[in-house]
Amino acid sequence: MSRIAEAFADGPAFVPYLAAGDPNYEASLSYVEALERGGADVIELGLPFSEPIAEGPTIQSAIVRALEGGMTPTRFFEFVEDLDVDVPLVCMTYYNLIYQFGEGEEKGPEAFVRRAAEVGIEGFVVPDLPAEEAAPLREACDAHDCELVFIVAPTTRGERLERIMSQVSGYVYVQARLGTTGARADLSDQTDESLARIAEWDVPKAVGFGISSGDHAQRVIEAGADGVIVGSALVDIVAKGVERGDPPVTVASRLESKARELKEGALRGAAGSNEQPHPERT
Amino acid sequence: MSSHTGKFGEYGGQYVPEALMPAIEELEDAYQRYVLENEDGFMDDFRARLADFGGRPTPLQHAKRLSERYDRDVYLKREDLLHGGAHKLNNALGQVLLAKYMGKERIIAETGAGQHGTATAMACAHLGMPCEVYMGRRDINRQRPNVFRMRLNGAEVNPVTVGRGTLKEAISETMRDWATNVEDTHYVIGSVVGPHPFPAMVRDFQRVISEEAREQIREKAGRLPDSVLTCAGGGSNTMGVFAEFIPDDDVDLYAVEAGGSSLEVDEEAGVAPNSATLSTGTEGVLHGSRTRVLQDRDGQIMESHSVSAGLDYAGVGPELADLVDRGRVTAVNVDDDHALEGFHRLSQLEGVIPALESAHAAAYVEENHEDLGEVILLNISGRGDKDLETVLEETHGRDIENAPEIETFAETGGFQ
Ligand SMILES: Cc1ncc(COP(=O)(O)O)c(C=O)c1O
Repeated sequence: MSRIAEAFADGPAFVPYLAAGDPNYEASLSYVEALERGGADVIELGLPFSEPIAEGPTIQSAIVRALEGGMTPTRFFEFVEDLDVDVPLVCMTYYNLIYQFGEGEEKGPEAFVRRAAEVGIEGFVVPDLPAEEAAPLREACDAHDCELVFIVAPTTRGERLERIMSQVSGYVYVQARLGTTGARADLSDQTDESLARIAEWDVPKAVGFGISSGDHAQRVIEAGADGVIVGSALVDIVAKGVERGDPPVTVASRLESKARELKEGALRGAAGSNEQPHPERT
Repeated sequence: MSSHTGKFGEYGGQYVPEALMPAIEELEDAYQRYVLENEDGFMDDFRARLADFGGRPTPLQHAKRLSERYDRDVYLKREDLLHGGAHKLNNALGQVLLAKYMGKERIIAETGAGQHGTATAMACAHLGMPCEVYMGRRDINRQRPNVFRMRLNGAEVNPVTVGRGTLKEAISETMRDWATNVEDTHYVIGSVVGPHPFPAMVRDFQRVISEEAREQIREKAGRLPDSVLTCAGGGSNTMGVFAEFIPDDDVDLYAVEAGGSSLEVDEEAGVAPNSATLSTGTEGVLHGSRTRVLQDRDGQIMESHSVSAGLDYAGVGPELADLVDRGRVTAVNVDDDHALEGFHRLSQLEGVIPALESAHAAAYVEENHEDLGEVILLNISGRGDKDLETVLEETHGRDIENAPEIETFAETGGFQ
């Protein structure tokens, strides 16, 4: 069993996201490490791309900060090597960076995945790479024992679901609502409908897009998810720190307690759904 | 090369978030049925509206003074005379009408020079569709008349402030809106870029330029041209004026890009001081398709530059990129200074004030007419009214040989 699969097998998984290098290399290392202390089971690390078309304003700004701080694919892999965490890491990025990585004949998905696997990355999420275009990356992932996570959107139906099911590994990223990433105050019915459509899939289901509190996390797990993915709510904490000029240790401890809140919410959700397999949502 | 697979050689494809894929499949289906198979008489409806509302066909003008100057025949395809003042209406009207046939309720678009936004706003007013246009902050400042025109037609203009605030950022922002509202909204992409089926579909809406031009030049010159030239930003007027000439092996096709202030790239700053994607770009994936892009070694997209907002884009249509690779189209470029010269020359010699975009192609003819054969077809993609403020500022600020005396104008604060 892969380490990512194990992370999900042990109960509801809390999967936080941060953009690597936001707002700078050193601070970002401590932020990612704080997430693990707060209870992260898998961490999604964003490798910043200049045109992040799937991201909302919060993560887009984080990406701009990280790029301005000098983050590049090469630095990203050093960053992963420098990280002191034990949980499995998933790289979240856009296809052009994967496609351009390496030199000459070696350039492309193979080179990228090989290097990523070398530094300890165990999976990938590439939001602008639909299943139709994913064959080269899928092959590279198979060759290096990495997982390739796909997103199922509220609009995904029929044949597209089949196509994704046949390619996905690690976990399936269930997009909680239409739109881009960003913390929201409520959860949508789209989540339940999306989860219902893939209920039979033999792969852990992690819900993301808009989850911002322990209560959200609890409800998502109660609705049948195996994990929660949280990005913008955490990136917001980094952004506020930058805005106010707070020292990185303060920001790191805020991240740690937010992570703990989210993880505990997920655990409550699991406890709740054991007693009550089909909870009514209000 | 096929519109069915969405691939042009190595280029093309569909690189978009999963949430958009069903909408893109729905659009593929609509393109096939309505555009390619004329279901419900869609294409007849489209052509009738292009004539009555748009003012097609646009003339092919024999440019007498330019012809004398170069000692060969120069013909101008006058897309500047299309309603709205640029070729953009061909595509905008086609897509808004298609969206209507598809039962969509809302239109969004991005715009660089404002020409596509204007055309989309006009088509929406004409067809009774609500319309929102995303435009970079910087482009809003340099294309104010077009912003006002969009407002007059009832469109919302949403400023985009990220990055340098030009077309590339506006496209990303529009994709985000689309991903949020995909179920009832159609995104009218402004050029032959983006995921399949956009590059093929936009080309087919723009094809009318070469359908007319081919007939018209046969009538006027009694033969096909030796060369066809036009400017290339994303490449929609380019593909439009080339499309029907592609099988004519004896007709040379030139895509004239914006050379900006230099072809040298500042890798460190991630800035290309030009928008010459075909001439200097490399293969990559941007805004939904694999194509040539301006990018650094890591694959980060570079900020581009051109004195003309409509050419200021780091990507280019995948089909055009493939035609250049295959040697069917020659990619060349003209820098900002020469484009300004071209602008003034066409204004003075022919009484045609061209868009700064089109002025690039005119400038290329000035420098290279000896290599372009006896009969030259020069596409004027749009008129220059939107650019007057920019031309005033840029001409005043530098040494443009053939510029008229504009000192007093500049010193009184231009048009403010
Ligand atoms: C007048 C004019 N010409 C050319 C262009 C470039 O676009 P394309 O290369 O898609 O024709 C624009 C874009 O705004 C334009 O307004």
